[in-house]
Amino acid sequence: MEISWDLFLNAIAAGLLLGAFYAAVTAGISISFGMLDIVNIAHPAFVILGSYIAYFFNINFGVDPILVSIIALPVFYLLGASVYQVYYLSFEKRGQDSLRGLAFFFGLLFVTEVGLILVFGVDYRYVEAAYIGPSVHIGIVDFPLRMLVPCLAALALFGALQLFVTRTFMGRAIMAVSQDQLALQLMAVDPIKIKRIAFGVSIATCAVAGALLIIIQPVEPSVGREYIGRIFAICVLGGLGSMPGTLIAAVLLGVVESLTATFYGPSWAPAVSFGFLLLTLAFRPAGLFGR
Amino acid sequence: MIVVNTGKFSLITIAVGAVVMAFSHWVNVDYLYFASYTILQFIVLATAWNILGGYCGYVNFGSAAFFAMGAYSSVFMHKFFPVPIPVLIVIGALVSGIAGLGMGYLTLRLRGSFFAIATLALAVVLQTLVVNWDFVGGSRGAYIIRPETLELPGGIEINYIEYLFFLMLSLAVFAIITARTIERSQLGFGFATIRDDEMAAEASGVPTLRVKLIATTISGAFMGMAGAPFPYYIGYLQPSSAFGLEYAVNSIAMPMIGGTTSWIGPLVGAILLGSAQQYATVTISSAVNLLIVGLMLVGFVIIAPNGIVGLVQERLRKWRQP
Amino acid sequence: MTALLHVDNISKRFGGFVALDGIDLEVQPGERLGLIGPNGSGKSTLVNCICGTLQNENGSVQFEGQPLDGLAAHQRTHRGLARSFQLPRPFHSMNLVDNLRVPLLYTVHSRLGPLRSAGDLDSRCLELLEMVGLAAKAKQMPRDLTQVEMRKLELARAVGAEPKLLIADESMAGLSHSEIDDILKLLMRLNERGITIIMIEHIMSAVMSFSQRLAVLVSGKKVADGKPEDVVRDPEVVRAYLGQ
Repeated sequence: MEISWDLFLNAIAAGLLLGAFYAAVTAGISISFGMLDIVNIAHPAFVILGSYIAYFFNINFGVDPILVSIIALPVFYLLGASVYQVYYLSFEKRGQDSLRGLAFFFGLLFVTEVGLILVFGVDYRYVEAAYIGPSVHIGIVDFPLRMLVPCLAALALFGALQLFVTRTFMGRAIMAVSQDQLALQLMAVDPIKIKRIAFGVSIATCAVAGALLIIIQPVEPSVGREYIGRIFAICVLGGLGSMPGTLIAAVLLGVVESLTATFYGPSWAPAVSFGFLLLTLAFRPAGLFGR
Repeated sequence: MIVVNTGKFSLITIAVGAVVMAFSHWVNVDYLYFASYTILQFIVLATAWNILGGYCGYVNFGSAAFFAMGAYSSVFMHKFFPVPIPVLIVIGALVSGIAGLGMGYLTLRLRGSFFAIATLALAVVLQTLVVNWDFVGGSRGAYIIRPETLELPGGIEINYIEYLFFLMLSLAVFAIITARTIERSQLGFGFATIRDDEMAAEASGVPTLRVKLIATTISGAFMGMAGAPFPYYIGYLQPSSAFGLEYAVNSIAMPMIGGTTSWIGPLVGAILLGSAQQYATVTISSAVNLLIVGLMLVGFVIIAPNGIVGLVQERLRKWRQP
Repeated sequence: MTALLHVDNISKRFGGFVALDGIDLEVQPGERLGLIGPNGSGKSTLVNCICGTLQNENGSVQFEGQPLDGLAAHQRTHRGLARSFQLPRPFHSMNLVDNLRVPLLYTVHSRLGPLRSAGDLDSRCLELLEMVGLAAKAKQMPRDLTQVEMRKLELARAVGAEPKLLIADESMAGLSHSEIDDILKLLMRLNERGITIIMIEHIMSAVMSFSQRLAVLVSGKKVADGKPEDVVRDPEVVRAYLGQ
């Protein structure tokens, strides 16, 4: 079989860039699902919300989408913290977090999506910025800035989160909450407060991930659904809550998807993540690097 | 509480079904058939979802996928080897039942939430497959021309929509009888132990994995059955309508709002929400109508965790012991 | 005479932490064995490996001369091995009678065939409740029970499976003296009926009065096994309990 090297290398490059972006989308779910064991299936809906906020301020006021997302961080943090508070009071505290908790997040996913449809309609929306369009060429490989800039921003976000969970007291407390709530209580730290902060941080990442998404591709409200399979596949494959594992799994998925899209057509790409997820669950439920 | 045994319950349910059929035949308005078909379809879906979700406590977000599998196996058979709809219903049940078994086998040995996540992803992927599969119409969709009438043996002709309505009504009756029979059986006990505490269930001798797989299979099969006649009902099947979000949402929202612990919850939820949506789609937009369902779902799981049936039971208890 | 339970050199690790390190243990039919050890010494892990809640990595567990390795927990229950949980785990959506119906439907039926009519089932459930003194609360829900009643329900459910070997995992923690006596009497009565019992307990007075033999676990290893009076004087046991 003849493989066009040109296509192949470009697909790999695009996959690497895409993978870094996937890592940014998954970072939040690695915290909420991986560390806190909260199955927040509404996560992608918050990402899309982030996309539309970036879109709104970009189109109406000409603000750079990434800048918008950074300004929106605290708002998303508060949104996340309050969602957790409702979740805690209604489900965790009553010990009903499995069935009803899942239905709650499903409802949120749904309400957010339909809400966006009602406000913005079902058409694809996109943002405008200087770096959408031009490309950097290295040899035969071409790095569109539309992908490169989100990739760098994603890596920055990811690095910041990694520093946060490993180097700060709060970050370490979050890691601890996933392992031993009792130990935390002995240290006189309230695990509920830690979880609220962690969930806030996880939703805050959606602001940035959403802005990056709408730079990479036009967005409509139901795009988020494609990301559900993707982010959970990455999160599980990366070993639930391990930041470095998440990054590697995200890049792997990005490359495989990009190769699939190049050689079999983009309409097949969403199936890749699901295949990944099922294979992972069937053969390596502890993740790539799990024991 | 009046205790009715399974045999009597089945007879009563079938009698109610017959009365509904006779009444509809007497009224004989096409629009009414169309509208009530949708509600009956939701009764089947909600009851099917509840067999796994309500009885065992495992959430299936992929109702649309199982429904669409039933619908698309009908499209496939329509092009490949046309058979009568009752046969298609059996095929839909087999396809979706096996899919349910497979999904369960892959994910149910792991943490509970993995099953939910996998079903959520299943819808996206099956839709991708169907969009890329030209034989069943691909992204363009498939036309299935619905005959005006159906000729019964003996030369009697009946209105085709009435025939579809009759099939879906029978399925709804069958689903309700199955759900209620399970509730009162050893299997139903097994389901409830899984919902309550799987470790204790195992320790008491319940083969939890096998019991859960039975639930995913039955639940999937009923969703497939609900989907099988759908192409004939809608006439033109597109991936976006077969995988419509309203199926996933309603099959969760209806039991959750009605009440999940018994067969009556999904029935109440499906009739209430189903008729409200039939009304609302005509008067307000379908997006607003779905938004209302979503908000109601969130509201109910927070405020009334046992649904309408739970609220009524509580009221009755207070009324009896003032 | 072959042992009822024969645990041969089993090990279990969680990540880098070795929870069980080559444990051997034999229990004879009709025996009352006490299993003690400090917190985290691996007692519960051992129970979980014997009952199939966890799978051990090395070694094997034999019950009535048959290997149990690879069998799921429910299959071991069917063979005649029942346990109560340290923290009671009732089926909270069912009343007490229905709680006891579960082992009858799923274990006794599958072992002895469906020989019980609905009436038999009900009377057997009531018998079990009477045995633990909860007959008056038959139609109540588990959430209405006190701590000690919950422990009794837990034991009744385990006994409902008609086991040959019953493992009572800390059935007395947090109970008062008279409540402990209640449970002790109950376990003695079960033993008189021919049920072999392993009692895992922290309360030394209870273990000493109950056990015919005592085994001691310390950080995943068995350090002593013998007559209770001898074991408590064993210097290694004394060190494990007092030294840390």
